[in-house]
Amino acid sequence: MEKSLNLVLHVWRQKNRDAKGQFVRYEAKNISEHASLLEMLDQVNEGLLEKGEEPIAFDHDCREGICGACGMIVNGHAHGPRKATTVCQLHMREFQDGEEIWIEPWRAAAFPVVRDLVVDRGSLDRIVQAGGFISTRTGSAPEANSLPVAKEKSDRAFDAAACIGCGACVAACPNAAAMLFTAAKVAHLNLLPQGEPERDTRVRNMVAQMDAEGFGHCTNHYECMEACPKHISVEFIAQLNREFMSATARARQELRPRRK
Amino acid sequence: MELKANAPSGPIETRWERHRFEMKLVNPANRRKHKVIVVGTGLAGGALAATLGEQGYNVAAFCYQDSPRRAHSIAAQGGINAAKNYQNDGDSVYRLFYDTVKGGDFRARESNVYRLAELSVNIIDQCVAQGVPFAREYSGLLANRSFGGAQVSRTFYARGQTGQQLLLGAYQALERQVNAGTVTMFSRHEMLDLIVVDGRARGIVTRDMVSGKIEAHLADAVVLCTGGYGNVFYLSTNAKGCNVTATWRAHRKGALFANPCFTQIHPTCIPVSGEFQSKLTLMSESLRNDGRVWVPKRAEDVTKPPNQIPEEDRDYYLERLYPSFGNLVPRDIASRRAKDMCDKGLGVGTAVGGQRLGVYLDFKDAVKRLGRKAVEERYGNLFEMYERITGEDPYEVPMRIYPATHYTMGGLWVDYNLMSTVPGLFVGGEANFSDHGANRLGASALMQGLADGYFVLPYTVANYLAQTPRNTADDTHAEVRAVVDSVKERINKFLSIQGKRSPDSFHRELGKLIWDKCGMARNKAGLEKALQEIPRIREEFWENLYVPGSGEELNQSLEKAGRVADFLELGELMCRDALFREESCGGHFREEHQTEEGEAKRDDENFQFVAAWEFKGDGVEHQVHREALEFEYVKPTQRSYK
Repeated sequence: MEKSLNLVLHVWRQKNRDAKGQFVRYEAKNISEHASLLEMLDQVNEGLLEKGEEPIAFDHDCREGICGACGMIVNGHAHGPRKATTVCQLHMREFQDGEEIWIEPWRAAAFPVVRDLVVDRGSLDRIVQAGGFISTRTGSAPEANSLPVAKEKSDRAFDAAACIGCGACVAACPNAAAMLFTAAKVAHLNLLPQGEPERDTRVRNMVAQMDAEGFGHCTNHYECMEACPKHISVEFIAQLNREFMSATARARQELRPRRK
Repeated sequence: MELKANAPSGPIETRWERHRFEMKLVNPANRRKHKVIVVGTGLAGGALAATLGEQGYNVAAFCYQDSPRRAHSIAAQGGINAAKNYQNDGDSVYRLFYDTVKGGDFRARESNVYRLAELSVNIIDQCVAQGVPFAREYSGLLANRSFGGAQVSRTFYARGQTGQQLLLGAYQALERQVNAGTVTMFSRHEMLDLIVVDGRARGIVTRDMVSGKIEAHLADAVVLCTGGYGNVFYLSTNAKGCNVTATWRAHRKGALFANPCFTQIHPTCIPVSGEFQSKLTLMSESLRNDGRVWVPKRAEDVTKPPNQIPEEDRDYYLERLYPSFGNLVPRDIASRRAKDMCDKGLGVGTAVGGQRLGVYLDFKDAVKRLGRKAVEERYGNLFEMYERITGEDPYEVPMRIYPATHYTMGGLWVDYNLMSTVPGLFVGGEANFSDHGANRLGASALMQGLADGYFVLPYTVANYLAQTPRNTADDTHAEVRAVVDSVKERINKFLSIQGKRSPDSFHRELGKLIWDKCGMARNKAGLEKALQEIPRIREEFWENLYVPGSGEELNQSLEKAGRVADFLELGELMCRDALFREESCGGHFREEHQTEEGEAKRDDENFQFVAAWEFKGDGVEHQVHREALEFEYVKPTQRSYK
């Protein structure tokens, strides 16, 4: 038999970037255990519309856990209590009848609130713009199988490439660092032979952009990995640090004047 | 109006090559003077914007999401076809062409399909060079798997996240151009109308979804890569934001809409679990490689736990009905058979609205044959997703699946150059109607999106720019001002109705009606009923809609209202097209037209054409135009997968 839940919500409402926000209490009644958290909010919003009130704004799109659009802090956890799960895939069977749920947006200086639970994550796009790519021209690619890549290496690159860019790692970090996000992209591309030629500039430029966006530094709390809906490992952060140090060292060597 | 396909003639193997030579080029030094607008940043739009930017054009790219990386191509799971023949199993460009024409039930243009098959091999090269981590064998070479509608293994994949990895490749190429200054990216901008000046597409009007600002953007050419219209059904596997507004607005400005009734119902989705449901989730078709589809033989067994139903009481109906393709029959057939079984009362799972709509997809034999680890390697993330949504473990209990709307083969009519009937308006990817006929084969959507974006449109758009005077209209032009004003007026109308019902409530009502009357099976009486009902819903929409707040802020209800308004018009055209096409083909199944075995019965004599509909004004019936289809290479036969 299907269970239904009655819940009390405390949701962060904020009219726009400059407005002062606050928690507002709502009751969510008769929610199916099979509904996702976002479907629960849909129902609350339909109720608000019926009363002539403005619905709660939140980002979402694919609702399959892959587009990375959704994200909110639920009871203090980025994407809620269930591990490796985006909030669109978090189902109400994870909650108890009568439970109080606190919902708020990602909190980070580099993610300004746009409205309610919607934040601006343009800073992550700008980190990619700084070097998160392989400069290959359309049409100039060699035959795909001319460059074998060891399966282990390719699988490892995939593990890093699975990042969906949701920003949970930043929201979960006490320093609001974007290290896991940046590390995942650097690792994906630097592990592959195709990414080799730009390896040093990539890591240096991406790290510089990350700093310029106002993200904090990593102090090894590993909260990012706990919050990551795609199980991306903090080992990639260690790799990022190694890549960054050796790239910086190599750049210094090149800058040093040669002795005649 | 005469529909000129502009497809080259002569041997099909060299058509694209000859056409490419005949097309005009733009001198590298002049390219930055040409501005091109690309709407949508999925595989087609993202790849195109990146490629045009890299070639030196001045590109403006638009998406409604907060980042171009979120376009719904990202959710494609299974893979991408390419005629590499790495498996040495008899594949070739010609075979991929043949399979696609046949799979599309002989309702696609041969020249376009051949070009698609030909370009498929370049796509894989391109994506590997970008660092897309495709699955590899222990040799380090690329791996393949098989997919529905084909007897060769030509599908390249990246676990169950192929769309994500391909899109990130295109996205990264796009961001590189943003950094280089050749592409200006407008995220959270929604196109609300097309600007046509002196008969040519010259720009778009957008709404900044954060500030609400309505703005005209002008250019020498406009390309729409805005995806399909599957969300007309409300429940579909599309992302919540996917909508028809860009193409529908262009349609109202003169672009013909082709074959709107050709919609694809995907056989392997997670069944609906309740009235609150906001969308449906697809489980990749690749699961049918190793999963076996069955229902209980007897209706009294449908509520029994599946593991307690012995082998002899199970009906593996696809293997029984189609021994040579078995569980890998094309999507339309697999979907219809699932519906048949459930209509016979053999469906399983929770009853919603009095009916059990689900069949089993069982991995027991695969786990026995390959071991749990191998199954996990192939489908791990899909199994995990299933478990998360349903709370059931598919390693232990068979999955339950049911068909859901997934893809729309119909779309804006385009010629061989992917240009619509409005000069200067090009359409790529799912938004056009061009390559899949009446049914798309699995792993072909990614192929088409990237072929259009990387390899077709960059040539054909350049060819147009080289022969066309540059745009001279600016914001003060009378036509531009008129379009901007009409967009503002429409927004004010949504806000001022102040009725009682939310945009979603109308969307659900429309979706249910279209699913019932114009879904997996259609008939004359049902379609006529829908054609009476839709205008009634639309009328109520315009009288009783409630949108709170203002236009000058982030207002998600307002965004939905505009999209639902357009679905209410498109839905009617879909039903009209379905009623008009008195045959069954591919995803379009008219109950009146079936063989004795219940297979689709085409009528090539009377319907071997593309139906392209012209908008004649509000309250006036659309006019149909026909593009006759000729099959010089693949002779139409009744599709048989037995």
